[in-house]
Amino acid sequence: MTRAPSFMDRKDLLALAAVAALLLIVFPLALDGFRLNLVGKYLTYAFVAVGLVMCWGYGGILSLGQGLFFGLGGYGMAMYLKLEASSVENTKIQSTPGIPDFMDWNQLTELPWFWHPFHSFPLTLILIVLVPAAFALLIGSAMFKRRVSGVYFAIITQALAAIATILIIGQQGYTGGVNGITDLRTLMGWDIRTDSAKFILYFVNAILLMGVICCALFVRSSKLGRILVAMREKEDRVRFSGYSVANFQIFVFCLGAVFAAIGGAMFTLQVGFMSPSLVGIVPSIEMVIFTAVGGRLSIFGAVYGTLLVNFAKTSLSESFPELWLLGLGGLFIAVVLFFPNGLAGIWRDYVQPSIDRVFRLRSKDPTDPGQNVAKQAASMPAE
Amino acid sequence: MADQDDARHSRLRRQLLMGMAAAPLAGLLPKVAFAQAPATSAVNTTGLAVTDTEVTVGILHSATGTMAISETGSIQAEKLAIEQINAAGGVLGRKIKYIQEDGASDWPTFAEKAKKLLVQDKVAAIMGCWTSASRKAALPVIEQYNGMLYYPTFYEGLEQSKNVIYTGQEATQQILESLNWVVREKGAKTFYFIGSDYIWPRTSNKIARKHIENFMKGTKVVGEEYFPLGHTQFNSVINKLKLTKPDVIFTDVVGGSNVAFYKQLKAAGINLEKQTLMTISVTEDEIDGIGGENIAGAYSCMKYFQSLENENNKEFVAAFKKMWGEKTVIGDVTQAAYLGPWLWKLAAEKAGSFDVDKIAAASPGIEFTKAPEGYVKVHENHHLWSKTRVGLAQKDGQFKVVYESPELIEPNPFPKGYQ
Repeated sequence: MTRAPSFMDRKDLLALAAVAALLLIVFPLALDGFRLNLVGKYLTYAFVAVGLVMCWGYGGILSLGQGLFFGLGGYGMAMYLKLEASSVENTKIQSTPGIPDFMDWNQLTELPWFWHPFHSFPLTLILIVLVPAAFALLIGSAMFKRRVSGVYFAIITQALAAIATILIIGQQGYTGGVNGITDLRTLMGWDIRTDSAKFILYFVNAILLMGVICCALFVRSSKLGRILVAMREKEDRVRFSGYSVANFQIFVFCLGAVFAAIGGAMFTLQVGFMSPSLVGIVPSIEMVIFTAVGGRLSIFGAVYGTLLVNFAKTSLSESFPELWLLGLGGLFIAVVLFFPNGLAGIWRDYVQPSIDRVFRLRSKDPTDPGQNVAKQAASMPAE
Repeated sequence: MADQDDARHSRLRRQLLMGMAAAPLAGLLPKVAFAQAPATSAVNTTGLAVTDTEVTVGILHSATGTMAISETGSIQAEKLAIEQINAAGGVLGRKIKYIQEDGASDWPTFAEKAKKLLVQDKVAAIMGCWTSASRKAALPVIEQYNGMLYYPTFYEGLEQSKNVIYTGQEATQQILESLNWVVREKGAKTFYFIGSDYIWPRTSNKIARKHIENFMKGTKVVGEEYFPLGHTQFNSVINKLKLTKPDVIFTDVVGGSNVAFYKQLKAAGINLEKQTLMTISVTEDEIDGIGGENIAGAYSCMKYFQSLENENNKEFVAAFKKMWGEKTVIGDVTQAAYLGPWLWKLAAEKAGSFDVDKIAAASPGIEFTKAPEGYVKVHENHHLWSKTRVGLAQKDGQFKVVYESPELIEPNPFPKGYQ
């Protein structure tokens, strides 16, 4: 048997290798620069989807407000890039040179205090992770300690996403308003708009995503992962067994928030701007849809689900600019009706058994496949 | 690829059949045109999608989502202009082919599709964007890949790009003349501002406030309020209006909020025949939703109204209705969108090339005498010289033009003294 890190079984390792091959070899070879950049953009949503698998699939906490965390990460990165693009030299036509253009339009004459930390890149990176985690901690403590869960929690997260959008739009002097923070140019002097930069950023993004997947796999296979599943199935029993349910819920919610924020920061780098349209209710729900299409119990499914839905979105809208939403709607209905466990469910129920059968015929080793099935049952608990 | 819809195909087919009678004659015309067409290598040195017979442009608006209702008119106008240009022999002897992309009312999508049009399709120009947010999202992409955007909407100004021709008004063009008019004609002294909360209303109101406070005598702003996009509860501000009794309510509420706002004004007993209301955000398109009876008596400042009495406009309205149906209405932005393909054609012919740099350089000074709004000219700053008009809303959803600036107004996207 192949030696794998303790938190992955052979199947996980194979799946990870497959994702790595797809992202790091197949896409860069098969796609031109423009399409590759698009895939890079899609993959930033996959960070959120992986986080949702942990929160929703394993922890049983459905968050309809992941856009908030995606946005916090994205805005953090955008603020750094915007400050770099707003050097005194670049903004000398403004009445106050040296501040972002939209602040000047809104009669601000100096940089607001909360923008100052974003002059430093290392500090920005820390804040991209810390701020969403702190927010999630705050929200999580307020909710889970009071045993708010299920639908109520989902609605509150949705409201938070809506509030964030309204706040960003309303405070346009500080945030750029509806337009968002646009016209981002360089990262420490490195022009991120060039094709070569986009190419490099794609790989950075893909590798980070692999890292996030590994992190999710690690959590899943640890004792923590078991407790999460137990909690999802019967919260009270876990509580009566002496565990602090709220703390586990807060942890997994924070984890999902940090994943989403990393995705947001990578989005800003690859797309070149950040706007409130990525923070609100619609994108938050879309991210849940990506997860559902991929299969909410499958970490790898989340990546494939995100890619599939976004590919469909792009190609349908290119071919049928007036009708594409109908096609996309049909796709979702089909998935929900026929494949409630998403792509991962299709794989597990149809593809995997036939592969196993082939291997069983080949190897004629009665013990090995049995082990696999047992492991699979353990790592993919039934709903 | 996205093509025209079926209704138009059948209409086109009918026209083609009718045209068969004149086929022998018509057959000669394109030949003459093509004989004059300059070589592709000469008119296209930067690898755009130009062949010996065709040139490709992009149309990039929201065909779906909340903005579709506003942007559909622009799509229709651009397709009409392209068809008319093709019927008249095309541009530099080449027919215009268009690729339509859907921005889906989503700003990142605008950036993505703009990039697709420029990088994959190599379009020679893009007619598109509507909201400022969509333009701000697409602009860095368009500048990076050196595209040419024709942007139709009246907007807040504070922008100027080599790669954009702004065919709508910037804020000072729309506002200043009409404020002068309302003070002169109505003796207005006090103004109350109500707007949607984003960059365009805020900037427009800032300019209006500076004008009222610094450039006119004895006038002042007594209130200023903003509401989120899509807001539908205006009762509190209507109560304040009743208390402060401003001479003029000056509004830039956009989109669906308009419907609620005017209905609630009427329900609250504010009669627009007696209370002067001036809007810079309601065109014939919006009245379609608001209902003529709810807004009759309000004044709107635009550069174009469907009811304009001139030969160009009569032809334009007739052609538009023939192509898109009797019931369609034509608002200010729709007309501005119609200008895009024409101004591009004129610039390409002046430059003798489709190269973006040459078109950008040739654009200043381009005059379009067949413009439905009368006559327009491209300024050095890539905005248009155009007139300002004030229309009085009628019950039937049209405007009666009550004022027209005597001269073309110079575009001034970075107005001194208004910042």
